[in-house]
Amino acid sequence: MTVVADLALEVRSKNAGPFWVTMEVFARDADAYAVLADPSFLDASVIAHRYGVTAEDVQFYRIPALNVVKISFPRPVVQGSLHDRDIHAGQHHVPLALLAVPPVT
Amino acid sequence: MSTNPDSVRILVPVGMLGAGFPPETVERGLALGADVIAVDGGSTDSGPYYLGAGTAKTARAAVARDLRLLLRAAATAGIPLVIGSCGTSGTDAGVDWVAGITREILAEEGLQLRLATIYSSQRAAELDLDRIRPLPPAGELDRATLESCTNIVGMMGHEPIAAALTAGADVVLAGRATDTAVAAAYPLLKGMPAGPVWHAAKIVECGGQCTTNPRAGGVLATVDATGFTIEPLDPGNACTPTSVAAHMLYETVNPFTMREPAGTIEVGDAVYQALDERRVRVEGSRFEPAAQHTIKLEGARITGYETMSFTAIRDPHILGQIDTWTALLRKMITEWVSGTIGLGEGDYAFDIRRYGYDAILGSLDPATGPPREVGVMLLVHAADQETATAVAKVANPLLLHLPTPDMDYLPSLAFATSPAETERGPVYEFVLNHVVEVSSPTSLFRVCLEDNR
Repeated sequence: MTVVADLALEVRSKNAGPFWVTMEVFARDADAYAVLADPSFLDASVIAHRYGVTAEDVQFYRIPALNVVKISFPRPVVQGSLHDRDIHAGQHHVPLALLAVPPVT
Repeated sequence: MSTNPDSVRILVPVGMLGAGFPPETVERGLALGADVIAVDGGSTDSGPYYLGAGTAKTARAAVARDLRLLLRAAATAGIPLVIGSCGTSGTDAGVDWVAGITREILAEEGLQLRLATIYSSQRAAELDLDRIRPLPPAGELDRATLESCTNIVGMMGHEPIAAALTAGADVVLAGRATDTAVAAAYPLLKGMPAGPVWHAAKIVECGGQCTTNPRAGGVLATVDATGFTIEPLDPGNACTPTSVAAHMLYETVNPFTMREPAGTIEVGDAVYQALDERRVRVEGSRFEPAAQHTIKLEGARITGYETMSFTAIRDPHILGQIDTWTALLRKMITEWVSGTIGLGEGDYAFDIRRYGYDAILGSLDPATGPPREVGVMLLVHAADQETATAVAKVANPLLLHLPTPDMDYLPSLAFATSPAETERGPVYEFVLNHVVEVSSPTSLFRVCLEDNR
């Protein structure tokens, strides 16, 4: 099974200020970017389902010049609160990185 | 009145004061003709504690090491040094902490540099609620929330820093400032155009992060009338159009537009071009002045006190039923706390984290399968420290001996420390994500120029 990480040089996540999380997928090349940037594969509803957030709050930036898909959404857990297990949100790229990519037909 | 230069060179040695950099990279920046040294001293990235408590994340010795090198460089070259968000959160205490270290070094080194401090702490009672607006995802602010903060800072733009430089400061130690304002203040003062200045300031704010080897020291940005050129300070390091453009993604919600107190940086039309193998030219950046000047507020308050306990499991039998075991632990803690100290739901809260299993991602974790070993962290939150610790102590025998329901003996689990409980003290949360409309970009900030030359 091919996953997002297999098509990427890097998948990362980080706080963007205390109230937002942002993630970037740096696609391996233009072909990989074409797969990852395709809204029929990856869009706000997929992220909402994968991360337990509201689809309307998810922002997508598809940047072909850099072969990058960037995704931002409000932090679901308040930073530093009792149930925050990732203060810098630096490990929250994994559910995205392990998302299965549909086989090329 | 001197005429404006054709270009201004900004040296950024490192992304954060105290993170360290090779001294020779700064020497090289001076040799390349640096006009100003700018460095950020803080961030909210590590959580609300540093603002709430008004203490620095960085070690004093690490800040002193970086400061000594930069103060010597500034004195040698006769150029200003600007440091923003002093002491991690930029509270008045943070500015005073960095100023204290600076005065010691100036005295030790016999350096004749004029010091300015800029204070950005805000008093809740003096902030006008009618002029405060929420930023998404925050809601409207009420006075009680504002007054519950242990510390509030306003995030300054370039204007107070420029005022300190104009007044004759050689070293500017600023409270909370936008990352970009620290690098933008001097070139704006020298008449460089706002679009290239702000875009360059954003690109350099994390030092070498915009290069192909972020661990090899900082960068030099040269801003002129039509754009800016950026190069690493280490001759073996490189900036490429991709490494520079990609930095706009880092820790930003929107990589194309960024709000500053005075307006908005627009880089959607910017063109990144390689001048050679290690220098990049950027043109086409814009800065749109805002109709209303706004200052972002940051505030943190105490939510309660925490006590932490940490045990660990290696027994494959328990690990094979880790979810069942955790559910039992949760139920037993609740019952024992009710039975011994009479506390119920609402009097306290706790989190059980299974490190090695699903502690980081919880229900979002796509992986399954029994773990090899699991660290079990119990984190108890209550209104006061005594209650949080009492709950953790009541839970202690369970963290030591709790079996799975099918075991007819008591296992002993592996506590990591003695005593088992660690009191974490007060814990904080960020409660402000708002801006205040101001009539003057400097009105919320106090500039103090020392006559120490």
